[in-house]
Amino acid sequence: MKILVTAKRVEDPESKIKVKPDGSGIVQEGLKYKINPFDEIGVEEGLRLVAKHQGEVVVVSIGGKEVQEQLRHALAMGAHRAVWVNHTGPLDQFGIAALLQKVTEKEKPDLVILGKQSIDDDQNQVGQYLAEFLGWGQATFASKVESMESEQEKNKVPAVTLTADGKAVRVIREVDNGLATLECQLPAVVTTDLRLNTPRYASLPGIMKAKSKPIEELTPEKLGVDVAPKIQIVKLSSPPARKAGIKVPDVATLVDKLRNEAKVV
Amino acid sequence: MPIVLIVAEQQPDGHLRKASLNAITAGKQLADKAGAELHIALIGKDPAKVADELKGTGAKAVHVGAAAELEHYLAETYAPVLATLATELKADYVGMASTAQGKDLLPRLAARLKAAMATDITGLNGSGADITFNRPMWAGNVFAEVKLTTPVKVFTVRATEFAAAGTGEGAAEVKAFAPKVEASKTKFVEFKEVKSARPELTEARVVISGGRGTKGDFKEIEALADELGAAVGASRAVCDAGWVPNDLQVGQTGKVVAPSLYIAAGISGAIQHLAGMKSSKTIVAINKDAEAPIFQVADYGIVADLFKVLPELRTELHKLK
Repeated sequence: MKILVTAKRVEDPESKIKVKPDGSGIVQEGLKYKINPFDEIGVEEGLRLVAKHQGEVVVVSIGGKEVQEQLRHALAMGAHRAVWVNHTGPLDQFGIAALLQKVTEKEKPDLVILGKQSIDDDQNQVGQYLAEFLGWGQATFASKVESMESEQEKNKVPAVTLTADGKAVRVIREVDNGLATLECQLPAVVTTDLRLNTPRYASLPGIMKAKSKPIEELTPEKLGVDVAPKIQIVKLSSPPARKAGIKVPDVATLVDKLRNEAKVV
Repeated sequence: MPIVLIVAEQQPDGHLRKASLNAITAGKQLADKAGAELHIALIGKDPAKVADELKGTGAKAVHVGAAAELEHYLAETYAPVLATLATELKADYVGMASTAQGKDLLPRLAARLKAAMATDITGLNGSGADITFNRPMWAGNVFAEVKLTTPVKVFTVRATEFAAAGTGEGAAEVKAFAPKVEASKTKFVEFKEVKSARPELTEARVVISGGRGTKGDFKEIEALADELGAAVGASRAVCDAGWVPNDLQVGQTGKVVAPSLYIAAGISGAIQHLAGMKSSKTIVAINKDAEAPIFQVADYGIVADLFKVLPELRTELHKLK
């Protein structure tokens, strides 16, 4: 099977994000960048499915030249080749999904796997937009079955499995108050939740090999997509800081404060 | 007159998902600012009872679509039905609570309406046609004011930022419509509910969460939760370790809570966790490590072993009764 996976470039989740004084953006200085953690889980899931059913994993990223770093990371994990949509201007989820639609129509994969959200925008939209644009089924927030402690056990009952006839994919989804299972006819769109799998590390030979794997360059113009954003960011600001609290020496003091000062018990 | 359409959600057990009432409040605020009329949509196999509950929320009308094919929620069947309704009503805004269903459904609905969308809105600004939404980005470390420039504008509502709408205000007209359900490429297989006797995490007045410091032993946390009638939450680390079910996770990638009292036991306070609980009214941190970042947001902190503090706290609180 052929699987298309995404690899968005985002700020390292551990980095401290600061808003510029004029609210026009965030301070870029000193930031480190990574592949979006949810996308990395998507790459891993694609690799696992292909290991079982043969085929290829194609990774796609949209952005300036710097996103090649994230594409190489996915290639080093084991993805077979990469598509780079070269675009440096602003972009919203609508535009990203429209670009991915064209890439998908060109590549004709059986499955597109995306992270459920990117940790910068926190929008949680692109997979759903893409599924609707393509007219495909969607299974968002793919997760693992409860109480499987070892990685070995998780692999035995993966959350994303191909049905016996190979024509559909069965997905366990994390929803409010439980887990829902869906069966989507292929081709379909799946988005990953955090607990779907633990992504592998790129090995040194993997990193060496990734250097010679092909990266195809496309542009919004070549794909015929108008990506002018439909979401305007008027202003960014820091959330109100919480008032610094106090440390209390013992439980009796804590209970007294909760009762008489905060009045919450 | 512009129209704001809020989609209400029916749980698998047939009840109204409470976060819908918070979304209705956001819809009311939006309708006030935009000079619009508030409408509610509700679809499913048997939504009549829930529709009755929504009659008194101050909306102009509740549009109810019942069809056997809508028994199990699927984005592919729900989105076209709601899109048709929104188009027929000429809705300018379509919103829903930011629940798992809201997050799955509304982007698909937005795509069908060729609309841009704002996820997890926390506030509204402006008036008339010039409305902007506030929403968190980067795990709540940044707030953005965004403007949607498409004719139809779609949003999901962070329930903890809006009070629940009352159900005794006025009497909306309940209008039944016959949904035309499209065939779906996706089949519902099953839903496994995680049952709990405790209050729902996002609706609880008190939440007690455990982190890595519990080493997986949640007995004391549960005992204190039972004493206080509180919900139990957890950090991502303990969910990932499989110590507690995933749906207890509080954080950027889990649930967002804003209770009156949040007690964090053995939680260091990683950015991703703070994103899910920073709006709590009062935060208590119990941690052995005096340098843990959780103390920077906690109103009251105790630097001590949680296994010593929690039983003592339970005894002291019990005495108050």
